[in-house]
Amino acid sequence: MNAFKRYFGLLFLFIAPFIIYELVNGAINNIDTAGKKDINNPVIWIIIIAIFTPIAIGLVIFGWYAFRGEYDQLPTKSKEL
Amino acid sequence: MNQTSSIRKIIAASSVGTMIEWYDFYIFGMLSTTISAQFFPKDNPTAGLLSTLAIFAAGFIVRPFGALVFGRLGDLIGRKYTFLLTLILMGGSTFLIGCVPSYERIGIAAPAIVLILRLMQGLALGGEYGGAATYVAEHAPKDKRGFYTSWIQTTATLGLFFALGVILLVKSNMPDADFNKEWGGWRYPFWISIILVGVSIYIRLKMKESPMFSKLKAEGKTSSNPLKESFRHKSNFKMVLLALFGAVMGQGVVWYTGQFYAQNFLETKCFIEFEQSRTIMLWAIALATPFFILWGWLSDKIGRKWIMMAGMLLAILTYRPIFGTFLKDSDVNNWQQDNPVVLNKSTSGVVVAKTNDSLFITTTEYKTAAGHTFRKIEADTIFSNPAKSLPAKAAVIYNNKSLAPATYWKFTLLVFILILYVTMVYGPIAAFLVELFPTRIRYTSMSLPYHIGNGVFGGLVPFIGLLLTSTYTADPLVGLWYPIGVAALCFVIGTLYMRNKIDRNVAD
Repeated sequence: MNAFKRYFGLLFLFIAPFIIYELVNGAINNIDTAGKKDINNPVIWIIIIAIFTPIAIGLVIFGWYAFRGEYDQLPTKSKEL
Repeated sequence: MNQTSSIRKIIAASSVGTMIEWYDFYIFGMLSTTISAQFFPKDNPTAGLLSTLAIFAAGFIVRPFGALVFGRLGDLIGRKYTFLLTLILMGGSTFLIGCVPSYERIGIAAPAIVLILRLMQGLALGGEYGGAATYVAEHAPKDKRGFYTSWIQTTATLGLFFALGVILLVKSNMPDADFNKEWGGWRYPFWISIILVGVSIYIRLKMKESPMFSKLKAEGKTSSNPLKESFRHKSNFKMVLLALFGAVMGQGVVWYTGQFYAQNFLETKCFIEFEQSRTIMLWAIALATPFFILWGWLSDKIGRKWIMMAGMLLAILTYRPIFGTFLKDSDVNNWQQDNPVVLNKSTSGVVVAKTNDSLFITTTEYKTAAGHTFRKIEADTIFSNPAKSLPAKAAVIYNNKSLAPATYWKFTLLVFILILYVTMVYGPIAAFLVELFPTRIRYTSMSLPYHIGNGVFGGLVPFIGLLLTSTYTADPLVGLWYPIGVAALCFVIGTLYMRNKIDRNVAD
């Protein structure tokens, strides 16, 4: 089971940059100052990419921790935190 | 006072306040069309920008920020005063939104003030939930933590129910023109808030501080820097990440899809008329709400993890068939086979000023043998230039659909199932989050992942849905791949990495 956890960690390491790539790509393809939909609005894209970048970095860190076996054993008491 | 009576008062006081905060937050979103007309005119670009910020920044940025600000405060000065502060902030902002004169009267100051007040609402909401959940959990006996905190979990749904009910009540008692005018009925739900908040503040003032926090404080063991301890200490930070990616992220999208996307889908994709789409939601919410308590109670017996994971898995597997049924059963092309009869028909025509073309709009009301009614709107253009008339074809829209009783109740059952998934993922999550973190930094550590999961991942459901439906136009259900994908990732992470063990001792 722990081996599974570690291999999946690698997957999360790659998913995070892919999400950011997709968001930036979506922004480039959909921003249109003449458009009227939310997806045409640059301000919304700026907000979303700005808030999602640290979250994606969080997923990278999660993947890295998982790959390193940090989640093999979860703490059972607060003293371990 | 015995322990059961005492805990009931604690739950009631915490839940009522939290429900009112949700009510306050929702009414702005539910009245967004009227609010836009009053404060954010489309022809003013600055007002448009402020509108965008009011809608997106409040949920995406300010809510998580509020979680950090008030979470830190709650771990420093205590739970009681912090969530009292969030209640005052929320109630005050809501009431004041209802008092701001329109754009026509005070110009750009109107949207600017509304934006500031909306951001204050987001900030307050970010601080409220973590406080209420922590406060109740820290009072609850160790074998009933899931059961007692599940009452807090009902508040988000009851707040939605209450907001829907109040708006429907006000709207049904006056003509649309009176509801939508500058000082019209749309302001009443905002004004009502001040009474509700006043009562809630009075109740909360009588409450005592959480016993666990009081003990820590008396022993001088509270955290001096909760933000640093929560997010810069690796051992705790990795549990914050696990909470976010293994539980709250999936819970957020399931919650949003069941309670908001479903209603929006019924209105904008199925074109169900206003009152029916809302009463479907009200019935489904009312019938599903007790299940929050059931799952919370059950999580004390069998653990939190598998209930939440089962809710996510069911959502992943059944979202497309359920929403597909909504589309199929409200499709007028299927109803046409029922030989609908014409109830009413009217035609109006206007001349387009610049081109001298004539635009004719024919509205026909139909009723099928099964009892569905719908409106067919045909727009036909007669061009002033005869050469252009040949390829012109009437544009047809079907809307204002009213479902026959059998279909109405079928839709109610399906929305109930969607909200049942919400109760499975959401009912046990407060107890799960509380047990993951130590008392001295609990408020901070659980608030941030909760509001990122719900505010950001959940709040993005309509935007990503629109992005997907605009990109892949052939599939009307393509927008569902976002909640399905996020819930699937969360399901994998939660199943692999989370533990099902109930942490009986949260006093450490």
